[in-house]
Amino acid sequence: MTTLGWVDYAVMLLYFAFVLGIGAAVRRYVHTSEDFFLSGRAIPAWVTGLAFVSANLGAQEVIGMGASGAKYGIATSHFYWVGAIPAMVFIGLFMMPFYYGSRARSVPEYLKLRFDEKTRALNAVSFAIMTVFSSGISLYAMGKLLNLLLGWSFDLSILVAAGVVLAYIFLGGLTSAIYNEVLQFFLIVLGFAPLVFLGLRAVGGWSGLVARLADHAIANGFAPGAYTRSWAFMGHASTNPVGVEWFGLVMGLGFVLSFGYWCTDFLVVQRAMAANSMTAARRTPLIAAFPKMLFPFLVILPGMLALVVSPTSGVRQGGQVITASTTSTTSTTSASALGIVPPKLDPHTGQPLRDAAGRVVLDYDLATPMLLLHFFPAGLLGLGLTALLASFMSGMAGNVTAFNTVWTYDLYQSYVRPGAPDAHYLAMGRFATLAGVAISIAAAYVAASFNNIMDFLQLVFAFVNAPLFATFALGMFWKRTTGHAAFTGLVAGTLAAAVHHGLSLPAGAAVGVKGGYLGVVTTFPSELAQTFWTAIVAWTTCFVVTILVSLVTRPRAPEQLRGLVYGLTPQPVDTAVSWFQRPVTLAVVVLAVTVVLNAVFF
Amino acid sequence: MSLDVRLPIGGFFTLLGLLLTGYGWATLGTPGTAPAGVPIDLVWGAALLVFGVAMLTLARHARKPSNPSP
Repeated sequence: MTTLGWVDYAVMLLYFAFVLGIGAAVRRYVHTSEDFFLSGRAIPAWVTGLAFVSANLGAQEVIGMGASGAKYGIATSHFYWVGAIPAMVFIGLFMMPFYYGSRARSVPEYLKLRFDEKTRALNAVSFAIMTVFSSGISLYAMGKLLNLLLGWSFDLSILVAAGVVLAYIFLGGLTSAIYNEVLQFFLIVLGFAPLVFLGLRAVGGWSGLVARLADHAIANGFAPGAYTRSWAFMGHASTNPVGVEWFGLVMGLGFVLSFGYWCTDFLVVQRAMAANSMTAARRTPLIAAFPKMLFPFLVILPGMLALVVSPTSGVRQGGQVITASTTSTTSTTSASALGIVPPKLDPHTGQPLRDAAGRVVLDYDLATPMLLLHFFPAGLLGLGLTALLASFMSGMAGNVTAFNTVWTYDLYQSYVRPGAPDAHYLAMGRFATLAGVAISIAAAYVAASFNNIMDFLQLVFAFVNAPLFATFALGMFWKRTTGHAAFTGLVAGTLAAAVHHGLSLPAGAAVGVKGGYLGVVTTFPSELAQTFWTAIVAWTTCFVVTILVSLVTRPRAPEQLRGLVYGLTPQPVDTAVSWFQRPVTLAVVVLAVTVVLNAVFF
Repeated sequence: MSLDVRLPIGGFFTLLGLLLTGYGWATLGTPGTAPAGVPIDLVWGAALLVFGVAMLTLARHARKPSNPSP
């Protein structure tokens, strides 16, 4: 366990002071519910753009992508260059005119305007539940990690983090969350950049990393470049560590899951809705795409480096700072660790877990945190841990601000108390913030006590999310799509996802939450392959059912769909900004750089 | 006009940069403070300081046109 110095605590306190200070400073600009939930639609594009990417830069991303980097290597970049950038370009160019132009205050409200009340209710209820539980799962992960690394109290860690998030959103609403997300963005980037620099320096640069990972690849039965080339081994699922072939990757991740998340999830779309003009709203995801496409170097490389750095190359051993009196015997890195990634331990015996082939199972989630402890001396360690805390808090704040808006506008104002004065909804927004944080904390404790319940919930969320993009794509680009069809398609897509998952199983997994509960008809080489194909089945089912039901139900009159559907909405004109700032120009540059990055790491 | 977000960001990184640079200077040469041979607190603290001051400068320049001096 690592002990922090006064300077590390000073960095954290400084951060907390500024975060709360921003909340207090922004409070005087909040007068109406639109100020609280939508920042009065007055934020410039570069701020909403960085908030767009930061709200997503939660701990799941920083810790999870580091873990995937250690597990799959540079192929994890597919989650960015295939699984994010194209969808971010698409929403900026083609979908934002409908979201922003319709003046909808939330994604469910767009569904109400475009389709009907029941489609909005289905989306609002499922989103509200998912978002507070996601926030709870993230809190739980943070409490557990801080307890493990620093010996901090689980209860105190989550109460302090949740309390700070509550305070700044309660005071300043979405503006406060967005401003803090921009601060958190810079903190995460500037906190992790030296980690990558030190790690690469210690292993002899990129070429040193490639050479060391080649040995690791061969030991795991792959070609030498399997961990350092992103596409070369995607021809077959068995030749790459990800366990997925290119078609499942491109369709499942690159199309269905990615477009489903980036183009329909209110958590991110809300940031663009707060922009101060249509052009700014369209530029928001495109500006976000610039840092996003470089994140693999910030969050994936630490995981890859943790696998190959020498356990004696850092400033700490066994959690203690190396001093003149420290000897190598203080190292607790056991023989079963790889690099500095420790093995996963059996909670009962305390011995390393082994897979079916007898190999030690590594605790990949600790790859990035261990690298922080390994390289950062007192001072910078405070910065690194504060960046980690910032990632937890920005993710949580994103969820809470999305929850309070959907609850207040889509559920409370629509079904509980319509027609109240605006001040009432502003007060309800603050109350919903409090309730959202309280439910998140409760969910964190549920996760701590019943881990399987959370696995099950995340599975259900995946089923609900998978078909969403089919509904939005048809709704925005085919005026014939009807409300009954959208609702039926969503339900059918979710059921199809559940049935596909229930009939399939990843290789080596046991029947249960991993699938196969309706009988194992097919097996997939990996869990990711199963996830991608479940998404493809859900999307296709929703797409086909929505078209079929639309053809036999009555569409709305075209005049009711103005501003909501392609062909009935005027094309946005971006004359307010110079040509190089226009959405189309940004999109072309983003896509070109993404192609180059894919080619460089092919 | 709402708060210019560059002000708190600039302020935070300026103070953080000063703290890390000062600490790095004070602990220079102490074992366990220079991973991979780099006195990283000092070096990175200085980089953060530059970033913080740049943000404050940008915010100050942006404010000037709307607040002309009498």
